[in-house]
Amino acid sequence: MTKLLSMNRRNFLQASAAGALVTAAPGLLSSRALAQTALTVGFIYVGPKDDYGYNQAHAEGAAIIKALPGITVVEEENVPETVDVQKTMESMINLDGATLLFPTSFGYFDPHMLAIAAKYPDIQFRHCGGLWQEGKNPANTGSYFGYINQGQYLNGIAAGYATKSKKIGFVAAKPIPQVLQNINAFLLGARSVDPTITCQVIFTGEWSLAVKEAEATNALVDQGADVITCHVDSPKVVVETGAGRGAFICGYHANQSPLAPEKYLTGAEWAWGNVYSDFVKKAQASEKLGNFVRGGLKDGFVKMSALGPGVSAEGRKAFEATQANMMKGGFSVFKGPLKDNKGNVVVAEGKAFAEEAIELESMDYLVEGVVGSTS
Amino acid sequence: MEDSGIGLWGVPLAILAGAIRVSTPFIFVSLGETITERSGRINLGLEGTLVFGAMTAYAVAVMTNSPWLGVLAAMATGAAFGLIHGWICKWPKVNDIAIGIAMMQFGLGLAFFLGKSFIQPAAPHLPAIPLGFWSDMPQIQAALNINVLFIIGAVLAFVLRWAFKNTRVGLILRVVGDSTDAARAMGINPDLVRLLATAVGGSLAAIGGAYLSLYYPGSWNEGISSGQGLMAVALVIFARWNPIGCFLAALLFGGAGALGPALQSVGVSQGYYLFYAAPYVLTLVIMIATSSPTRSLSGAPGALSLTK
Amino acid sequence: MTVETSDPAISIASEKTASLRPVLEWIARRAEPIVIGLTAILIGLALFSLFILAVGKSPATLFQLMYTGGFGSWFSVQNSLSRAAPLLLTALCVALPARLGLVIIGGEGAVVLGGVAAAAIALPIVGTFPPIVVLVLMGIAAMVIGGIWIGLAGFLRHYRGVNETISSLLLAYIAIALMNQFVEGLLRDPASLNKPSTKPLPPEYMLGNIPGMDVHWGLVIGIVACIVSWILIEVTSYGFAARIAGGNVRAAQIQGLPVGRLIAGFTAIAGSFAGLAGMVEVAAVQGSANASLAAGYGYTGILVAFLARHNPLAIIPVAILLGGIDASGGLIQRRMGLPDATVLVLQGTLFIVILFCETFYGRFKIFNPDLWKRSL
Repeated sequence: MTKLLSMNRRNFLQASAAGALVTAAPGLLSSRALAQTALTVGFIYVGPKDDYGYNQAHAEGAAIIKALPGITVVEEENVPETVDVQKTMESMINLDGATLLFPTSFGYFDPHMLAIAAKYPDIQFRHCGGLWQEGKNPANTGSYFGYINQGQYLNGIAAGYATKSKKIGFVAAKPIPQVLQNINAFLLGARSVDPTITCQVIFTGEWSLAVKEAEATNALVDQGADVITCHVDSPKVVVETGAGRGAFICGYHANQSPLAPEKYLTGAEWAWGNVYSDFVKKAQASEKLGNFVRGGLKDGFVKMSALGPGVSAEGRKAFEATQANMMKGGFSVFKGPLKDNKGNVVVAEGKAFAEEAIELESMDYLVEGVVGSTS
Repeated sequence: MEDSGIGLWGVPLAILAGAIRVSTPFIFVSLGETITERSGRINLGLEGTLVFGAMTAYAVAVMTNSPWLGVLAAMATGAAFGLIHGWICKWPKVNDIAIGIAMMQFGLGLAFFLGKSFIQPAAPHLPAIPLGFWSDMPQIQAALNINVLFIIGAVLAFVLRWAFKNTRVGLILRVVGDSTDAARAMGINPDLVRLLATAVGGSLAAIGGAYLSLYYPGSWNEGISSGQGLMAVALVIFARWNPIGCFLAALLFGGAGALGPALQSVGVSQGYYLFYAAPYVLTLVIMIATSSPTRSLSGAPGALSLTK
Repeated sequence: MTVETSDPAISIASEKTASLRPVLEWIARRAEPIVIGLTAILIGLALFSLFILAVGKSPATLFQLMYTGGFGSWFSVQNSLSRAAPLLLTALCVALPARLGLVIIGGEGAVVLGGVAAAAIALPIVGTFPPIVVLVLMGIAAMVIGGIWIGLAGFLRHYRGVNETISSLLLAYIAIALMNQFVEGLLRDPASLNKPSTKPLPPEYMLGNIPGMDVHWGLVIGIVACIVSWILIEVTSYGFAARIAGGNVRAAQIQGLPVGRLIAGFTAIAGSFAGLAGMVEVAAVQGSANASLAAGYGYTGILVAFLARHNPLAIIPVAILLGGIDASGGLIQRRMGLPDATVLVLQGTLFIVILFCETFYGRFKIFNPDLWKRSL
């Protein structure tokens, strides 16, 4: 504890911003109180902060905690998943005095964050999307993520009511479990409205490749899909291209309604501000930070965009009812009997996976009704 | 269940639509590079010019709400990049292939730097002419929704071919490209001609970039180009410095680029990465098939330092 | 060498300075690249400073941060060295063919395929052989695959007349697609859920850090490779033949030099170094092959090679300098609010200026050693 305090005092004397805080902040009297509340937090993004997507969602969360008293935020964007991120983290720790780091891209976890965490046992690292395991990974690390497949399920409900062709489309980056969960949830949500709906998925192979995303959207609309959603780092191109072709859009990561106000139905957004505020308040009070933090709509990790003009009154009712149900907790998006699109049973009759079920994090199938394959 | 999809017909239609959509930047960059190379200079920096043109067009379009002003601004910056390249390369001992690579890195860096604040805003798009109005099917209408720039590019290809053969300017260009000494003997200043040719080439390449950011995919971000500038240089060689050949080769490329997503949409999704590599494999195969170690490539401008 | 003159004053003076002449001649020959090179860097930095001023920021702060972030502390120095390690190898992939007159810019392709090959060969042998054997085999596999890939570009150049700049670049794109296909398909480790990778190397099989430093052995491998390359080019007859072929292919062929084999051989060696960079990335940093292998080391290597004027020994300090510039990029982003592309603009500017200054070689009489041979 003393070591943590002395490190904090040394660090915030180094960081000029925090130094200004010492003189300017009202109400912080004792130096012990100063050492507890002043905190430098580091954010690392794999892409640009204003991509209308994944990184922007995190940056918006960071912006929320910047406003909290005693918090200094240092951010770095476009950091690739190589030794670069290790050096960035070390630089933030050594030169900026950061004691809480949020590396936000999945590829930062292993080996990069784990390597640095082993070197700096007094610094706390929390990773977005990683699979922290007790005993296997160090105690000063952890991971957080949201059950955004709940959001995609709700997207699916809105899509189910809006589609006339009974075909919906999904532009996906890579067939990893987090993406597959979203594709499946989108279809299952739509099928809860009409069991004949099918969803076509096209994989672009990269997290961010504008031309491929535009081509994929066009191909989906050519094949008859009239509601499009996606899981790519920056949904901007998909939203604009899809809306331009006359399809309805369900957003993802952040709120893209300004790009297509008439065609935007709703969107599954991250609410990282809540997650970060929680972490930061605990850190300031020197409480232990959670190591495996997950949450969904109920916990405020995920939120839905306001419903757009394309949602019918009936659709709105169904949407809100399911949303209320999810807010109670324990809602199962994936429950049996469920088959994958090759005919195998993946969830047996009577079995249901609640949102926090760990098996979901290793999903490797596409459910029946999804047209496409994972490899 | 209403079937509004078009099944397997989706693939050739997507290839056609893709050929039109995706080829436009290739058309402009390859036509620009044809002019430059016909004068005896190679400009490998067009990738940087393309991306910078994309950024400029988008930024100006956002600020002035006119996509055409964006295109004009892009042309100006493209010409500027071409002038820099042309001026530096005229000095002796300067390796113009290396300068091209350097300009590419510089152009990309500068574009990303200045374009940071334009990733979020939405810019007005360039207009398209709905040439598919005769069809009831939305897919055909969408496929034949042809952008004005594509038409300009096609016309430009024919104009350039005619101009190379029949105008004085075309003759001067070709003489300078074939032999620096012969040009000097005729009283032409080869450096000036090459400088202007590189500037015009850069300007056209920037139009190609403007198309990317203002029409398809219609957005500015750092991943907007996937090497179109460099592949277009290869296209020029494949097309034997013939503008019509460039146009056709660009269409071929656009089609190859649309193959991956189109096949996935009809269910062929095994090994989709390999389909995404199709344009590059195609370029390489074509280059191998049409090159020869002994004879210099027929139609190659004599002063070009390509395989010296 | 004495000067023939009838003026006794001059001949006395010449006698005194005779012993200095060889030294001055040596200095004159060596000084040219250093003086012109340094001047070029200064001009480049000056232009960049104008750019920074135009954007409304202080160049002085920027250069200070560059120093702090790149070389200002032991941590920064190690940061720079870590970033320089892969550049040493990928720069060789450009520099070696360049001595032959070829411009190869597709090293990135050899890096990623070398990494995949290294990871692939490790899969069956981990556990049955000791770490050193596994690492050596990984290195060999990576070098073979990288050598084949770039060697193909060289082969196509000589035997089919295909421009090697374009072909190597196309091969790089194809290589990245192949890498993605392997890593997500055939070689994918089922446990690598959200980040498709090959099966990770156990920690004891990984290439560790140089004792006492926070930099992996890849740095040493790179330096050794540079020294070996220098010896190859400057000392061996093979390298001599290559330099002649690079100067004038026709003359070389008339002399009977096997130009085709030289081209194929050199490009293969160049590619093998790039492939080795991929193996080091897998064995020392990532622990497995995945999409992060395509990190742009090949492209930055182009800049290093040209800045070093394709001299393998000069590549070492240039790579460290560029590693330092890269290392300071993060600090510039955080402290000055400038985009990360600032570093790219600096590198591009330096690149252009250095290439432009090639035109000054041989223009200034003061560097002509013949001048110093005669009178003073």
